[in-house]
Amino acid sequence: MEPKRLIIVAVGGQGNLLASHVLGEAALMSGIPVRMSEIHGMAQRGGVVESALVFGDARSNIISDGEADLFVSFEPCEALRALKKCNPNTVTITNTRPLPPFTAVIGRGKYPELDTVTEVLKAKTGRLIAFDATSLAEEAGNPMCLNMVLLGTLVGTGILPISAEAVREAIRTRTKKSFVDMNLSAFEKGFAKAA
Amino acid sequence: MHRLLTDKPGEAMFLLGNEAIARGAMEAGVAFTSTYPGTPSSELSLNFFQMSKESDLYFEYSTNEKVSLEVAAAAANCGIRSMCMMKHVGLNVAADVLMTLAYVGVTGGLVILTADDPFMFSSQNEQDNRYYAKFGGLPMLEPSSVEEAKEMVKEAFTLSESLGRPVLFRTTTRINHSTAVVTLGELPLRKTKGSFKKDPMRCVTVPAVSRGLHVKLLADLDRAQEMAESSSFNFVEGEGRFGVIANGVSYTYAADAVKDLKAEGQVKILRLGFTNPMPANTIKNFLKTCDKVLVIEEGEPFMEEAVKAFAQEEGLTLPIAGKDKTLFSRLYEFDPAMVRKNVATFFGFDCPATQAVDASGIPDLPMRPPTLCAGCSHRSVFYAAKKACEGMDVVFPSDIGCYTLGFLPPLGMGDFVVCMGASAGTACGFSTVTDQKVVAFIGDSTFFHSGLSGLINGVFNNHNYTLVILDNRTTAMTGHQPNPGVDMTELAMENYNMVDIETVVRAVGVKHVSVVRAYNVKKTMEAIREAVAFEGVSVIIAKEKCALYAKALKQLKGKPFQVDPEKCKNHRECVDALGCPAFYLENNMPRIHAHLCVGCALCAQACPEKAIVPAKSL
Repeated sequence: MEPKRLIIVAVGGQGNLLASHVLGEAALMSGIPVRMSEIHGMAQRGGVVESALVFGDARSNIISDGEADLFVSFEPCEALRALKKCNPNTVTITNTRPLPPFTAVIGRGKYPELDTVTEVLKAKTGRLIAFDATSLAEEAGNPMCLNMVLLGTLVGTGILPISAEAVREAIRTRTKKSFVDMNLSAFEKGFAKAA
Repeated sequence: MHRLLTDKPGEAMFLLGNEAIARGAMEAGVAFTSTYPGTPSSELSLNFFQMSKESDLYFEYSTNEKVSLEVAAAAANCGIRSMCMMKHVGLNVAADVLMTLAYVGVTGGLVILTADDPFMFSSQNEQDNRYYAKFGGLPMLEPSSVEEAKEMVKEAFTLSESLGRPVLFRTTTRINHSTAVVTLGELPLRKTKGSFKKDPMRCVTVPAVSRGLHVKLLADLDRAQEMAESSSFNFVEGEGRFGVIANGVSYTYAADAVKDLKAEGQVKILRLGFTNPMPANTIKNFLKTCDKVLVIEEGEPFMEEAVKAFAQEEGLTLPIAGKDKTLFSRLYEFDPAMVRKNVATFFGFDCPATQAVDASGIPDLPMRPPTLCAGCSHRSVFYAAKKACEGMDVVFPSDIGCYTLGFLPPLGMGDFVVCMGASAGTACGFSTVTDQKVVAFIGDSTFFHSGLSGLINGVFNNHNYTLVILDNRTTAMTGHQPNPGVDMTELAMENYNMVDIETVVRAVGVKHVSVVRAYNVKKTMEAIREAVAFEGVSVIIAKEKCALYAKALKQLKGKPFQVDPEKCKNHRECVDALGCPAFYLENNMPRIHAHLCVGCALCAQACPEKAIVPAKSL
């Protein structure tokens, strides 16, 4: 199986590790080879959290610059920061709801204009899906479902060798019982955005 | 039941490297485990900690790595399978035990895990701990993948017992913090009780004994080398006249590179997993079948230098390269594309250029450094210390923990950080040779780890400094592990005692001691002013539970604050001086995210207009 590589970046607390785990569990259930690597040392202190997932026949568990087939950012400014992971064919998904870092609040650095973010992403990568995923999470019942919205979108692109049904099953079995319905609803909202 | 206690051999699980290693140790029948927490090893200990509550496994958070290894060394000398884990720099602390324990040996399997951190994702240096194996004379195993780590740790116990020596199990962040599918094996019964058989000619290392022990250690290393020669962890993959020698995760990148470059049949790989003692004959035989050899290893040229020496012994003159300005660096971690490019360059294959997007047009982005949390008690103490020391020339040595982040703007508190416990020690030197005032910061866990000896040194040698102990009632940085000052009853855990920091500090002879609530800025400032004015060693214990820990314990009682727009004159002291992530700007005026604010009231105390008030009062 030709390897497919996915990078997810987020800010600590946005829940990308759970999304990555759900995806990994779905791959396990489907018999798809999967390896994941994460950098989360300072996640709880508001730093950037990055996870890399490699599906298919590869031995490496990290992804070099320019080698992501699919790139997902939970925060627009972080999409630009991690853009070197992409190549001109990478399918890019970004949340457009900003979470400005504190440095921007105290005037050490300027948060980029949203239009600039989407223009740059559009110009440099293969396909861009950009939308306010936090709003959809709120619609689903809780802004914390942001991770499930974006999980839906990334599965919806059809780039990964994982079926939506396998991911739904992983959400049912691997996320908190009281959150399952909301998570599934968020997943579907995100899934529809990939169409 | 804990997931890793699942007794279903053959079942596949998606496990973090640290979970896989913990499971492997359980499958080896480990009965005794100890640690001092440190990234990237921390989840390994956490899983043992959790499993120890549900099984007959013994686990402890020791005060530091040296004690941790001593504890485990004793258990392993009573015939009990034991494991001690730490981050790479932790092994420096434990090195004193390690070097002589290698002479003494063990009667039950002892596996010492060192989690190295190439690129320093969460460490102060990227030292290559493979040299400890060579330095101390310990057999060493290094896994290349998560699933291999689980199997290899089982073998490590067997190896330790067959040699009667502790085994160093060396991982890197990309093993500890990677996740892959692992197949469960059987969980055997554990042997939890042993007995110590007196053997002074092995266990009491006076010079006359140690002279004999060193002879035995070297003889055992010869035996270990024979084992390494036939170990299934050292194998050749593929064929061809070009050779790669690789260890750890580098091996997986090399294997992918050979495939991606379509170099199968031309490049073969000698993967080394049993790397001390090096399998000299295996390597020599490999060299004899190669025209050129590339050694791929992160960190130092540990294997490369040995390989070159082996070639010299055999009179082989083939090119052997590794660390080189045009090939691999001693810095940071490797990645698949870098390894692919260097394999192609060295052996002369075509390598498609990287397609990474260029950075043109990307605006300068605001940095997103990790920051002290909203409601962090350290922020309050740093703010108070800064205010109290205004106008004075003060050196602020700091230490290892969340509070290291205090050096960042806007707080800017922290001038010298080297290792655990060093604030209390370096303060002695700063205060002796300068006329500057010295105010050192240390956390509660770090104080117990190795700050206490620095403080005692300060008292004995009559140094002049203030030690501020940031007592947030837990080991916060690594994930809220207990330390000797923690009230374990709050965690519903029995059979622990609590060591009171104030009692300890007074007992070692500190004459000026004050205890303050960290959230009380005025009292903390007063305490710091008085302490700084005191000649001699003074200590301030600033107590306040870590906000995240308090939240986890459901003890967070503070209500959110908000900015009263009527009173706010936009001085921005709250935003500019505190750097609390609960603040944001709306129409250029400071506002507080109610969902982030934990009600510590630091900003309310800092605001010159008293414009920050409890949310409900507006």
